[in-house]
Amino acid sequence: MSLKILEQFKNPDLCKKLLDRLDKEVESEIRFMEVCGTHTVAIFRSGLHSVLPEKVIHLSGPGCPVCVTHESEVNAFLDLAGKDNVIIATFGDLIKVPGKKGHCLKNAQAEGARVEIIYSPFDALDIARKNPNDTVVFLGVGFETTAPIIAATVLMAKEQGLTNFKVLSFHKLVPPALDVLISDPETCIDGFILPGHVSTIIGIHPYDFIGAKFGKPAVVTGFDPVDILQALLQMVRSMKEEHPKVINQYQRCVSENGNPKAIETMYQVFKPSDALWRGIGRIPSSGLEFRDEYEDFDAIKVFDLKIGECPSLPGCKCGDVLKGKMTPEQCPLFGKACTPAKPVGPCMVSTEGSCAAYFKYKVD
Amino acid sequence: MSSDKVLLDYGSGGKASQRLISELFIKNFANPELERLNDAAAFHIDGKISMSTDSFTVDPIFFPGGDIGSLAVHGTVNDVAMLGAIPKYLTCAYMIEEGLPMADLERIVISMSEAVKEAGVAIVTGDTKVVPKGAIDKIFINTTGVGQIIADPMPSGDRAAVGDVVLVSGTMGDHGLTILGTREGLSLASNVMSDSAALNHLLVKLVQEIPDIHVLRDPTRGGLATTLNEITTASNVCCELEESSIPVKPEVVGGCSFLGLDPLYLANEGKFLCILPQKYAKQALEIMRADKLGADACQVGTITDAKPGKVILVTPLGGRRLLNMLEGEQLPRIC
Repeated sequence: MSLKILEQFKNPDLCKKLLDRLDKEVESEIRFMEVCGTHTVAIFRSGLHSVLPEKVIHLSGPGCPVCVTHESEVNAFLDLAGKDNVIIATFGDLIKVPGKKGHCLKNAQAEGARVEIIYSPFDALDIARKNPNDTVVFLGVGFETTAPIIAATVLMAKEQGLTNFKVLSFHKLVPPALDVLISDPETCIDGFILPGHVSTIIGIHPYDFIGAKFGKPAVVTGFDPVDILQALLQMVRSMKEEHPKVINQYQRCVSENGNPKAIETMYQVFKPSDALWRGIGRIPSSGLEFRDEYEDFDAIKVFDLKIGECPSLPGCKCGDVLKGKMTPEQCPLFGKACTPAKPVGPCMVSTEGSCAAYFKYKVD
Repeated sequence: MSSDKVLLDYGSGGKASQRLISELFIKNFANPELERLNDAAAFHIDGKISMSTDSFTVDPIFFPGGDIGSLAVHGTVNDVAMLGAIPKYLTCAYMIEEGLPMADLERIVISMSEAVKEAGVAIVTGDTKVVPKGAIDKIFINTTGVGQIIADPMPSGDRAAVGDVVLVSGTMGDHGLTILGTREGLSLASNVMSDSAALNHLLVKLVQEIPDIHVLRDPTRGGLATTLNEITTASNVCCELEESSIPVKPEVVGGCSFLGLDPLYLANEGKFLCILPQKYAKQALEIMRADKLGADACQVGTITDAKPGKVILVTPLGGRRLLNMLEGEQLPRIC
């Protein structure tokens, strides 16, 4: 698709028309949640947050992989980072996430831990090859979007006989978390904007339950302002239907059944498991653990790590923010005890976190 | 030189050091003051002096559009010039990792000497240290510059005033993206290259012809966003920027999108921003656009009293959002 065509998805005139249409068609106050952190940032960065009709109330959901990484998982990173002959390989946005006593990988690095920021999990294989006397542990944090490529990295490591490469699999799956979220009687959300890049892998049908079980509208959408506004309009129209179905606004990237090869690769290496979500707790079948035949790559088993419940950070309301029960500004710590310079919870530290987005972008 | 690698001997202060200084540095930076080889340099500057120092530790040391040597000249020359000054003299201190290929050092020194000639300044004193392998990464260069301030009143970060306009001399983010892309071995678009350049000649023209420029700044580390935040804080004013007016090359937009970075926070090494009363905007833009280093100059915003100390970005949709100072470094994200 040419850049010129893609530019149309940012077209201000088209956005203004869609905003007018949205304003006309929304009859009463609606609360929508964008599940994905990339959408959160897109809504703020484009200025959409400040021009949406007042009746359209925007809430951010549990779709930032850094935000939902449980405290015990962060502590596991930090424990590993302190070990001799271990090199941690990670995407950049995990290195400032605070664990116990506010410690983070960046501090650990300053104290001598070997932490490499990489752009692709395949880079971790290079590091492993160049450091045969060390064990390289890749921090496998992310959703269905990143899990297939990490699975492909494991397959490549196996094929190449690379025994000093391991993955700490803390992957999370989006649909089970949404099911738990919507089932919570305290959440009050009228419709959902769903992450386009997750659906490039899983397609749209894993979200069918949102309409079938809860009667709520849901739209899989892209990340430009025109995408988001069109999705909101489709969501508003779908609310009026008796049996709303998940809508695919992002047809230029998402096919109904997703990417079967990627799904196959993901499930060749991993299988569903229970997972701990920060602020939400344990959700059945919402994570990915290694299948037995790939357990040699499983950092949890190799290092005998114990991942379990641990006390939440005192005063931190990230859980309520992730569930859309409060906006970041309603948290008593927001902008006071909790800022990007000294984040208390992950929603403030992650570049895609809703608290960080409010702090960074909101004018008033 | 007798070795193809830089040895610890070259920093010993003995004969090896003398050979390095005479055969490489003096040869390339030739000027009468340096050739005296005194402990310090003596020179004349009349009136108010601008002085700045910077240490350059860029990785990689060679990158599309420049290298650590030319960058060490451009960076300090530009800093000195931003007070409305004519840069005159530089000092230059090298910290070199043992084992650096001599060919790399020569390439850096030659590049530096060319940058010095182009900027019309002289390196009048310097220092060389060689440290054991692993103590530093290849080579660090410190330069200090002095110049004569000719602008009166002098541009300063605390002089932005309500009603002023904000001009930039060209596209944002080129240098930062080039460095990140090269460091990570990413083949970004072939025409993404550093904008590293000495801006002093263009700046001198500006300050000579415009009677009262309030602020001149080069948006280096932290980029346009951070620099403007520093200015709005120092001047206690608000800067309202029109996002669609900010020039960013399409290939930089694409590269940033791929890496999850924001071009407004990326470093520039050959651009400046100029804040001045609205009545001088047209004249300043004409002067800037007449020079190849300011060919893409444009107005990007205005200074208001809306939110003192803040930078507000007006998006193409008409939305408004803060453009905050960056907390730490920009990091690539997970998805």
